[in-house]
Amino acid sequence: MIAIVDYGVGNLFSLKSSFDAIGAETIITGDADVIRKADKIILPGVGAFEDAIKKLRLTGLDKIIIKEAENGKPLMGICLGMQLLFDKSFEYGEYDGLGLIHGEIRSISEVVPKDYKIPHIGWNALNFTDKECKIFRFIKNGDFVYFVHSYCGVDCRENTVATAEYGASLTAAVARGNIYGCQFHPEKSGAVGLNILRGFCED
Amino acid sequence: MITKRIIPCLDVKNGRVVKGVNFLGLSDVSSPAELAKFYSDNGADELVFYDIAASSEGRALFTDILCEVAKTIFIPLTVGGGINEVSDFDRVLKCGADKVSVNSGAIRNPNLIYEAAKLYGDQCVVISADVKRVDGVFRVFAKGGRENTGLEAIEWIKKCVGLGAGEVVLNSIDTDGVKNGFDLEMLDAVCNAVNVPVIASGGAGCIDDFTNLFKTLPKVDAGLAASIFHFGEVNIADLKQTLKNENISVRI
Repeated sequence: MIAIVDYGVGNLFSLKSSFDAIGAETIITGDADVIRKADKIILPGVGAFEDAIKKLRLTGLDKIIIKEAENGKPLMGICLGMQLLFDKSFEYGEYDGLGLIHGEIRSISEVVPKDYKIPHIGWNALNFTDKECKIFRFIKNGDFVYFVHSYCGVDCRENTVATAEYGASLTAAVARGNIYGCQFHPEKSGAVGLNILRGFCED
Repeated sequence: MITKRIIPCLDVKNGRVVKGVNFLGLSDVSSPAELAKFYSDNGADELVFYDIAASSEGRALFTDILCEVAKTIFIPLTVGGGINEVSDFDRVLKCGADKVSVNSGAIRNPNLIYEAAKLYGDQCVVISADVKRVDGVFRVFAKGGRENTGLEAIEWIKKCVGLGAGEVVLNSIDTDGVKNGFDLEMLDAVCNAVNVPVIASGGAGCIDDFTNLFKTLPKVDAGLAASIFHFGEVNIADLKQTLKNENISVRI
């Protein structure tokens, strides 16, 4: 059973449907016990970092997620969920993240040339920086995935497993041991996205 | 690099996909869920669903169909039509929509864009504008292209982006249904005015129209069409292969 963490941020309908499509059993939950008993954890998220991290802390789920991940339970953060795994974010202020992936979240405008449109919206190719990463088992280098974001991971090179070219190499996916993060939306990336979720789900 | 997007648009009324020519004379085409699956399997980068129902029954039916589509299709879905309040955003986002496009609702109340962008983020709010030349000036039309609002189109679109719209769908009434190519002059004017993605709509009749669009106006992010896809006049896989051969970046 995979726990999709519900902490009141965003809509989890598409995410759940995409796991259904690959035959993976999921439960949308904000219950600490259910998350503790789950085999794997998905940390979703849309919206702003400050609001999301506050809600996670308020529910106490931040500590549960950190503890489970440190005990070796597979964890995947998606979009804002990936950003929450980082040490710190500078989205409208300065906020501590969960500290599970080393690096910071900064505005894309600090990274890419001025004439690039922000948000970075659309389909972009993944360039693997670690082709052995488990979540890439069923896809190829250069496959396209769907991005929608205005902030991105920086100073996280050690944990970066894929980038996407947008006037600069943007962090597309990160991994550290059993902890994974995708800046893009696998649940909106067609067959490639479903295969990334399969890579995470299957042992 | 971000690829150019090819977006089929499905106008839905009473549970079926319809397409008007110059917005008049609707003809039933197919089932939304079947068409959506077909397009997703054949390389569409995104789907747009426009709800053109006039009744609350039609609206409820549309919402059901949207949920059904979102359960089986794993590409971005944009929903428009009948979006007048923030609660309408909530209704379609809960069914699996990723972006919501506003048109007449924003003309009546521009603040809707600001409120929705604050709640759901800029990337979620798309301004859709139906534009027609009147005495040489680009004017915004409301109510499915029937009513001249008197608003000057470029200023209106700039205002919407300023309020938080993260994407623009520009539908030229002058070229819509004519199948003689996109309205490059109008698109160029919009691309030069805003720095968010611009989606071209209205006028595509063949593959060359898309090639011409992206070659002439590299700033345009996506091409949207309906009937030429629905009636199989343009096959999306062939279209994308042609674009790729012309060195235009596409997802294949």
